[in-house]
Amino acid sequence: MSTSTAPTSVAKAGRPPEAAPRKTARRRGRRGPLATLSTHGVLIVASLVAFFPVGWLIFLSLGPDKDDYLHPGRIWHKMTWDNYTFVLQHTGFFDWLKSTLVVVLGTTAIGVIIAATSGYAVSRMRFPGYKKFMWVLLVTQMFPIAVLIVPMYQIMSDLGLIDTYLGLILVNCSTVVPYSAWLLKGYFDTIPFEIDEAGRVDGLSPFGTFLRLILPLAKPGLAVAAFYNFLTAFGEVAFASTFMLSDSNYTFAVGLQSFVSEHDAQRNLMAATAVLIAIPVSVFFYLVQKNLVTGLTAGGTKG
Amino acid sequence: MTVAIDRATGKRRGERDPRPGLGRRLRHGYQKHWYAYAMIAPVVIVLGVLVLYPLVYGLYLTLTDANSLNTARTIGVNHIDATYKFIGLDNYADILWGPTAYDRFWSHFVWTIAWTALCVTLHYFIGLGLALLLNQKFRGRTLYRMILVLPWAVPTFVTVFGWRFMLADGGIINTALDALHLPSPLWLEDTFWQRFAAIMVNTWCGVPFMMLSLLGGLQAIDHSLYEAAEMDGAGAWQRFRYITLPGLRSVSSTVVLLGIIWTFNQFAIIFLLFGNTAPDAQILVTWAYYLGFGQQPRDFAQSAAYGILLLAVLIVFTSFYRRWLSRNDQQLAI
Repeated sequence: MSTSTAPTSVAKAGRPPEAAPRKTARRRGRRGPLATLSTHGVLIVASLVAFFPVGWLIFLSLGPDKDDYLHPGRIWHKMTWDNYTFVLQHTGFFDWLKSTLVVVLGTTAIGVIIAATSGYAVSRMRFPGYKKFMWVLLVTQMFPIAVLIVPMYQIMSDLGLIDTYLGLILVNCSTVVPYSAWLLKGYFDTIPFEIDEAGRVDGLSPFGTFLRLILPLAKPGLAVAAFYNFLTAFGEVAFASTFMLSDSNYTFAVGLQSFVSEHDAQRNLMAATAVLIAIPVSVFFYLVQKNLVTGLTAGGTKG
Repeated sequence: MTVAIDRATGKRRGERDPRPGLGRRLRHGYQKHWYAYAMIAPVVIVLGVLVLYPLVYGLYLTLTDANSLNTARTIGVNHIDATYKFIGLDNYADILWGPTAYDRFWSHFVWTIAWTALCVTLHYFIGLGLALLLNQKFRGRTLYRMILVLPWAVPTFVTVFGWRFMLADGGIINTALDALHLPSPLWLEDTFWQRFAAIMVNTWCGVPFMMLSLLGGLQAIDHSLYEAAEMDGAGAWQRFRYITLPGLRSVSSTVVLLGIIWTFNQFAIIFLLFGNTAPDAQILVTWAYYLGFGQQPRDFAQSAAYGILLLAVLIVFTSFYRRWLSRNDQQLAI
């Protein structure tokens, strides 16, 4: 208690600095000034480390020349928005935006719908093959992309789905659906079984129970699964780089790479595009992140 | 609420309390199973078509000598039929103990293990440290949290390019090191420093997830435990050792497993940081991708074989991990 008011003098007065505060039942959450100072110090350093690469990217995006990243000092004198106007007017930015949105929203919608039904099924019903099914869902989550990408490529080119939105949506679903199903199973588990039973007693079919009672209750869980699908599909690099071949079909993850080729490196434009991509996604992330984290580790905390 | 949770988790393990499941099953019998199968049908179909079929097809490819020169393809209007042939387990034998197997597989294997171990260790301990700091009450906590989450909030494929600008020869990091009269390594060219840079970037990207998960775990610990311990005269270290760590156990075992799987499979960071320029810094996933898509002719069969080997490593590891956890009387959240 006293530590927050006149702590340094106490320490200087020659009393044992450790023993004194321990005996004056210090309330939890209050601590000595040294501890507070070092907490802030560590956190400030960590925040700088966390922020710097992003801030640097923003700073570089204001430099007009493609080699400015080597001479950051010069940027101060000639800051300009030219990169942004150029990117918006003369590159495929809006094409990329369109394909990204199509692919990401498609993946999100399909993934959530499919995962919800199966998540509910495995949460409420025990059927022969239940354990095997859960095991399959678990194992699919840890598929390295290298397992599926080659056969996928072959199958997609047989079906003529290379370089189409549908192809990429389907491929993304293979990574997104198993995890969402696990996530939603965990959420359905927290909805009391008595609600199902009440619905059943009142004459609803199992489908009716699911659609009318459980789905409305599970909205937060569905939202978490949707956020997860959205962010995963948005950040997907490997499949998009391999399957999307024509410039206008690139998603952002591929389009951004196209600024640096063997022949030319338009790093200033790349930085500007990166910032344009990052801002809306980061804002979205901040809006949903609380739900995302609690959803992802919900199973862990309820132990 | 809690009853339902307990029942659900109890049944999930399938050992502790099988009675209600059994009774329910007998009562509703066949009719219920019918609905259950109808509900999981979509996901079974999707997984069957999108995962199982490619997996089987990929397994078949690993038994052939398929590459981009002998698979079916269409050039202009001409369709060329596939001419690759069945060669049995030769691909696996070649990868595991063929000539130069060390350079092609084992060196990448060792590096992948080292990469996974180092990254997850760094993620976990930095994340835990920051979570402990953020779990105190002080002004500006929310702001710190917002900033510290930034590496997760911005898509990886964006931030990796930011790092590339910084790590480039003559970039800000080397300029700063020069100004301090420290040696400035070639981050993106020298093998050791490539690996160092990859671990650094991945650590930067992965800490926020650990931090937030562990922070959630910390906040879920009952505060009265701390008060009781304090009453009994437990010091800060004792409280950490006997309340915080046990309280975090189930979150930790889950996020560590997730971290290991994600890091082992991490593709975007190494792929985007180096492209095809760093053969020695590729972990197995990116190396398999390089074999299948980054070179000419594309070696589909070997690439798929690497994929299968990777999956085998992960499955073996995960089952050991789960067994180890259940021996220590813990269960996994996933």
